[in-house]
Amino acid sequence: MTEDQRVARAILRRGWWLTAIGLAALAVAYVMALAFTPLEANQGAAQKIFYIHVPAAWSALMAFSIVGIVGLLYLWLKDPRLDLFAASSAEVGLAFGAVMLTTGPIWGKPIWGTWWTWDARLTLTLLLFLLFLGYMTMRAAIRDPAERARFSAVLGIMGLLLVPFIHLSVYLFRTLHPQPIVLKPSRPSLPPEMLRTLLLSLAAATILYLGFVTVRYGLARIAAADHDGEA
Amino acid sequence: MGDWLRTAAAVAGKDLLVEWRSRTAMLSALVFAAVVLVIFNFARDATLLAAADLAPSVLWITFAFAAMIALNRGFALEKENAALDGILLAPVPRGALFTGKLVANLAFVGLVEAVTLPLFVLFFNVSLWHALPGLLGVMAVATLGFVVVGTLFSAMTVRTRFAELMLPMLLLPFMMPVLSTAVQATARLLAGRPLSEIWGWLRFLALYDVVFLTVSPWLFRAVVEE
Amino acid sequence: MPPDDPPPLLAEGLKRSFGHVHAVRGIDLRVERGDLLAIVGPNGAGKTTLLRMLGGLARPSAGRVIVQGRTLRADDPDARRPLGLLSHQSFLYDDLTALENLRFAARLYRLPEPAARAVAALETVGLGGDGNRPVRTLSRGMVQRVALARALLTDPEILLLDEPFTGLDAPAGDRLRRFLREHLARAGSAVVVSHQLTEVWDLATAVGIMVGGRWAEPPAPAPPLDVFQRRYAERLHG
Repeated sequence: MTEDQRVARAILRRGWWLTAIGLAALAVAYVMALAFTPLEANQGAAQKIFYIHVPAAWSALMAFSIVGIVGLLYLWLKDPRLDLFAASSAEVGLAFGAVMLTTGPIWGKPIWGTWWTWDARLTLTLLLFLLFLGYMTMRAAIRDPAERARFSAVLGIMGLLLVPFIHLSVYLFRTLHPQPIVLKPSRPSLPPEMLRTLLLSLAAATILYLGFVTVRYGLARIAAADHDGEA
Repeated sequence: MGDWLRTAAAVAGKDLLVEWRSRTAMLSALVFAAVVLVIFNFARDATLLAAADLAPSVLWITFAFAAMIALNRGFALEKENAALDGILLAPVPRGALFTGKLVANLAFVGLVEAVTLPLFVLFFNVSLWHALPGLLGVMAVATLGFVVVGTLFSAMTVRTRFAELMLPMLLLPFMMPVLSTAVQATARLLAGRPLSEIWGWLRFLALYDVVFLTVSPWLFRAVVEE
Repeated sequence: MPPDDPPPLLAEGLKRSFGHVHAVRGIDLRVERGDLLAIVGPNGAGKTTLLRMLGGLARPSAGRVIVQGRTLRADDPDARRPLGLLSHQSFLYDDLTALENLRFAARLYRLPEPAARAVAALETVGLGGDGNRPVRTLSRGMVQRVALARALLTDPEILLLDEPFTGLDAPAGDRLRRFLREHLARAGSAVVVSHQLTEVWDLATAVGIMVGGRWAEPPAPAPPLDVFQRRYAERLHG
């Protein structure tokens, strides 16, 4: 086995461990959410989806930011492994984005009476998903690996710059979406038990994101190492 | 600085001349805009939806899609005969090439908008004289935003498979904040609201323009330098 | 020649790779005034990539290209000024006339009196009367000549040629060879990448064989053609 293949397999192993820990943390978070967290007064049981939807949104946003930042690093350092990492992050982000897009309406239906509304927050979710999709589609349409890496980096950076504008749009529109209750200037207005569960879910989602990305990156490195071995 | 401007002017002039010769992209965009307006007219029930409610959205959707037809031609013409290599070889700053393309694209999209607006007034029976200065301001600021991003992306998509599909796919998320802001502002203006009410939206669009105008020439260099 | 005059073209340790794919693996070359370096090699040897790096169209992963003492860098466009490029692509816009194409090139290079230079360049290639026809309407041979006019418009000291004889008929090939001879006589330099050894042989002052991204035989004065063809065959199959 070449050095590259050895390193790649080590990365993959680390990834599986991280994923396992993340899944365990997720399980604990759900038990807490369902059994040990009070029901929300207005929304009832449906509100529990909050503990899936928000962490998924957080992971998707994190994945997206990493795609942009790693893209910037690639343009500076020109290391192909950075491109592989960015692509892995994008795939994982796409998956989390899909989770966001399905849990959003599932939460919304009992509360708003409709599966989908064009309110600002759901729209941001959809746009992030479309950005990821565009990124992956563009990659698939470019044959030359160096060109693919360069263009992906450019798209990633542009996308990252776009997100604040989409977020700013939130405050320019009226929205049905629950107003931000955690990330806002005054103290979070959640009761402590809910906040605890939420933070645990966020931590679980973060570890899970890191686990998935590491696994995906490891697989990509193995594929690259095997390909070079034959070349 | 002088080099930059001279190069940009030469490139923009060349683009305008090439388009003037064949006129295909311009005519396609104009015909497309007219067709879209006609279809929108027949695709609504006039008894249910007042023209005034739908008008701002129709206008901006038409602008957006017609613009994409114009944007596609930008780098497609550089691909024939590898003309782009000829420009990259020359002792000119690469960012100036971007600026030249941007100016040419703005001219084309501006022309499409200038023709579409009267057609829109005609088909939808909208009176907009009172709102014209404000509307032109919104059009200028919003168009600059998506043409900057579109110029950068068209440089990339021209080298991909399915270039004509790829550009709208990549560009649409970037157009969303611009379009929704522009539509809201346009709706207010058409309803006779004063300019001061849409000031916040104009500032938003201006910020978008500044950010992407600053970043795009630099990212463009990464696109064209192998 | 004064001893501290930098050579027209110098390349040091040029490499181009992405990950483990190496197109060029360390090429050095030096071209003096009046030299024509012919680079031959099989497909995929990296010759075109090398030429693109020499012209500043592709950024090397390592190493540098020095043109008349100035290193080619992305933020120094003027370093590229002494270069000219001729390939089987014409770099022309089909919808513009020959003169319009040349005027645009002259403007890009900030030449004084672009219109006059364009007319003169077209005359030099014998197309003085066809300047106002769109390139689209010209025959392939005429397009080649306009492309040549475009390359010579700026009076480049170093000409880079990528398979320039492809698709040229005998008279066109002769014309190109004549221009190259005149260019070299005026102390210009040239680097030619070509499959067709016979076309460049009598012009080449040095020849290098490139295989797999490196020199299989570094540039050296050209032996008689039949000798070289034997050595070349050995290099490819040995």
